[in-house]
Amino acid sequence: MLSRIAESLYWIGRYVERAEDTARILDVHLQRILADPWTNEETAVRSLFGVMGMAVTEGPYTSGRVVDLLGLDQRNPSSVVGALAAARENARGCREIISSEMWECLNATYHGLSSVRRTVEQQGVHAFFRWVRDRCAVMAGLTDATMSRDEGWKFLVLGRNVERVDMTARLLRTHELAGGSIPSWLTLLRSSGAWETFLRTYRGALDDRHAAEFLLLDRLFPRSVFAALSAAESCLADLEPDPGRAGVATDAQRIVGRARTGLEFRGADELIDDLGPVLTGLERTCSQVNEAVSRRYFRQTSAVLWTSGAVA
Amino acid sequence: MADLFEEYRLGPGWDEMFAELGVPRESYEALHATLQPLSSAELRVRAEVLARAFLDQGITFALKGVERPFPLDIVPRIIAAQEWRSVEVGVAQRIRALEAFLADVYGAGQVLADGVVPRRIIATSAHFLRAAAGINPPNGVRVHVSGVDLIRDEQGTFRVLEDNVRIPSGVSYVMENRRAMAQVLPEVFAASRILPVESYPGMLLRALRAAAPAGVGDPTVVVLSPGVFNSAYFEHSLIAREMGVELVEGRDLICVGNTVAMRTTAGEQRVDVIYRRIDDDFLDPVHFRADSVIGVAGLINAARAGRVTIANAVGNGVADDKLLYTYVPELIRYYLNEEPLLPNVDTYRLDEPGVMEHVLDRIGELVLKPVDGAGGAGIVIGSQAMNHELDAVREKMLANPRGWIAQREVKLSMVPTLVGDRLRGRHVDLRPFAVNDGEKIWVLPGGLTRVALPEGALVVNSSQGGGSKDTWVLAAPDDTIPFEVPHLPADPAPLTAAGRPDPGPGGTDLAEQQQQQQQ
Repeated sequence: MLSRIAESLYWIGRYVERAEDTARILDVHLQRILADPWTNEETAVRSLFGVMGMAVTEGPYTSGRVVDLLGLDQRNPSSVVGALAAARENARGCREIISSEMWECLNATYHGLSSVRRTVEQQGVHAFFRWVRDRCAVMAGLTDATMSRDEGWKFLVLGRNVERVDMTARLLRTHELAGGSIPSWLTLLRSSGAWETFLRTYRGALDDRHAAEFLLLDRLFPRSVFAALSAAESCLADLEPDPGRAGVATDAQRIVGRARTGLEFRGADELIDDLGPVLTGLERTCSQVNEAVSRRYFRQTSAVLWTSGAVA
Repeated sequence: MADLFEEYRLGPGWDEMFAELGVPRESYEALHATLQPLSSAELRVRAEVLARAFLDQGITFALKGVERPFPLDIVPRIIAAQEWRSVEVGVAQRIRALEAFLADVYGAGQVLADGVVPRRIIATSAHFLRAAAGINPPNGVRVHVSGVDLIRDEQGTFRVLEDNVRIPSGVSYVMENRRAMAQVLPEVFAASRILPVESYPGMLLRALRAAAPAGVGDPTVVVLSPGVFNSAYFEHSLIAREMGVELVEGRDLICVGNTVAMRTTAGEQRVDVIYRRIDDDFLDPVHFRADSVIGVAGLINAARAGRVTIANAVGNGVADDKLLYTYVPELIRYYLNEEPLLPNVDTYRLDEPGVMEHVLDRIGELVLKPVDGAGGAGIVIGSQAMNHELDAVREKMLANPRGWIAQREVKLSMVPTLVGDRLRGRHVDLRPFAVNDGEKIWVLPGGLTRVALPEGALVVNSSQGGGSKDTWVLAAPDDTIPFEVPHLPADPAPLTAAGRPDPGPGGTDLAEQQQQQQQ
C-alpha cells in the first residue's frame, strides 16, 4: 500500500472520530451550561476552549462563541465542521481505495455542511450535533461493512483509536480545568455515551471516582481510554508482519504499550489521585504515537528540500 | 411579523404568566421577553422538532394498547422560588401525615378509636387490604414515591386536588420534557436559573436501597413492570435504565421459602427491594386476584416475613381514596399537631346526613368524582355536562353515596400554550413528585404540569386529550448545589491548557500545483 494512501486512511479515521467526539462533548457541555443554574458560563466556556486546545485570548466567552469556533469554523480542522471537511478531503485523495459507499457518505456529509448554520439557527445546536453523530455512525457502519480487513483497515482503525484516546483524555480534563464549576463527572459519562452502561455496571455507586475509573479503565466499554489503547496496540501489532524475537518492533508499539500498561497495572485509586499528570501524559502519548506512526509508515525518507543558488 | 400573543385573552382562572394583559409577572418576565420577538413560524419549526424528538425517542403513553406521543407544549410553566418553597413543605407535610395514618390503620388503629376518621370509611374502602395488616416495612416507609396533584385556584392559591400514594406515574415526562426543551429551545434557559430535575433516579434509588430489609449489605433493587403493553411502560424502562437496575416482569421472579429471586443466566439472584408498578390487585395471586398472570405468587408473605421490601407498600390505596382525602387536613392536625399548609378543594361528603340533598340541588355547579377513579375517568363537571349525563350520575350517587364526592368547580390556573400558530391560555394542574427515604421527604423541583388542550377544558389527564409542559422552578439566591454524589476535589493548581489536536497532512502549495491543466 502506498504510504500516501495509508496516511489518508489514518487521517480519515482520526477526523471522523474527532468530529464525533467534539460534537458529543459540545452537545453535553452546552446543554449543561444552559440548563444548570450553578454553572458559570464564562468559566465553563474558558475551560472548554482550554481542553480543546483553542488558544482564545479575547472574550466574549459565551456558548455562542463555542459553537462558532469549535462547531462551525470551516478553517479549523479541530472544529466539528472542519474535521468533517478534512476527512472528506483525505477521502478524495484515496477514492480508488475506499469503497464508493464510504466516499459517498463522507461526500454527502460534506455537502450537508453548507446548510448547518441554518440548521443551528432554526432547530438549535442539538439538532446539528445529532446529525453529526448520525453521519459518523453511518460512516463507521459502512467502513465496518464494506472495507476488507487489510492494511488500509488497520490504518483507519488505528487513527480512530488514537483520536479516541486523545479526545477521552481531553474530556476528562474538562472537569480538571473547570475547578468544580461543572457539577459532576456524570456529565462526562453522558458526553461519551457511557451513562447507561456505567449505571448498569456500578449500580448504586454513583461517584466521581467510579466515573473516572470507568472512562479510563473499563475493559468492555469501547470508548474508554484503556479499550482504545488496546485496539490501537493490536492494529500496530498487525501492521508489523515480523514481530522479531525480542520486545516489539516499532516505536509506536512501544509508546502505546507503555501507556496501556501504565493504566492497566496501576490501581484505579493511584491513577485518580494522580489524575492531572496521567491525563497530560495520555495527550503526549497521542502526539508521540502520531509522530512515530508518521515516521515509520508515511515518510520513511525525510522530504527532499531543493534550494536555489546553492549549487557551486 | 405576527405577534405570538396577538388576541391573547385572560381566561376565567388565575393566569400564571400575566398579572394583566401584556404585563407578565416577575417570574415570567425573562421567558416573555424571549418569546415576544419570535415569529410564530419560528416557534412552529421548534415545536415540530420537539414533537419529532419525542416520537423518535419513543416517549409515548399507550391508550388502549395504541402508543401515542404525549404532546409537550413548547411554553414552559414557571414557579417562583418562594412559591415552590410553600409547595415543597406542604407536600412533605401531607406525606408525613399519610405515612403516619397508614402505619396506624394497618397497625393499632388509634385514629379510628379516637373517631378522627370513622371506621366505616376504612371498612368500606376498596383499597383497604387486610392482607397488608401487620406488614412492617423495614425503615417504616410505605409511601416511597408519591404524586400529590395540585391546582391553583382563582386567587392563585395552590390547593390539593388529590393524593396519589399507590403508583403515581408521570415522572419520566418531567425528566424527558426538560431534556427535550434544553435541546430544542436552549436560548430560553439562558435567561433564568432553573433547578435541575435529573437527580430524580439517583434519589429514588437511594430511597429504595434505604428501604431494604435489615442486614442486607448491598441490596438488589428491581423495577417490576406489568410488561410492554402497559400504558406507562416507557416510564418503567426509563426509571430502570436511569437507576441502572433490572426491569423485571412477574414471570422473571420466583418466590420460594419467602425469598424472592430473579432468573438470570447465572442462576437465581436474590432480590431485596421491588419497586413495583403493578396494582395491588395483580401483585400476588395467592392473596389477591387469583387469575393474575403478571404477579408473583408468595410475594406478600415474603414481605411479611421481612425478606423483601415492596415499594410502594401494599394497601396504600386506603390513603388516597377520594373520600379519605376530605379527612387529610384533620389527619395533619391529629398526627403532626400542625395546621395544613396546602388547603384542600371544598368537598362534600355525600354519606353524611343532609349533604346529598344539598348537592343534588346544586348539581349543575359542582364537579362529581367517583372515589376510586383514576386518569380522570368518570368525572362529571356539572356546568359542562348534558342533562342526561347529570341524570345518570345522580342515579349512581343515590345508589352509592360512599362511592362519590362532590367538589366546587375550580377554574384551574392558565398558562399560554401554543395552539395553531398563536399562544392561548389553557388550564393546567401540577403533580410534584416526592421521594421518602425514611429520613427526609425530598420533593423533585418541578413536577409534571399537565395542560388541557381543548379550549375551556378542565380535565388535564393524558387519556382525556391532555398534554404536558416543562415545569421550571426558579432557583433562589441561597439555593446551593445539591451535591448528592461524592466529588473528587478539583485540582488546586489548574493545569496548563491542552495542546492543539494533531494537524493532518496537506498544505496549500501542494493543492496549487496539483491544479495544473489537464487536456
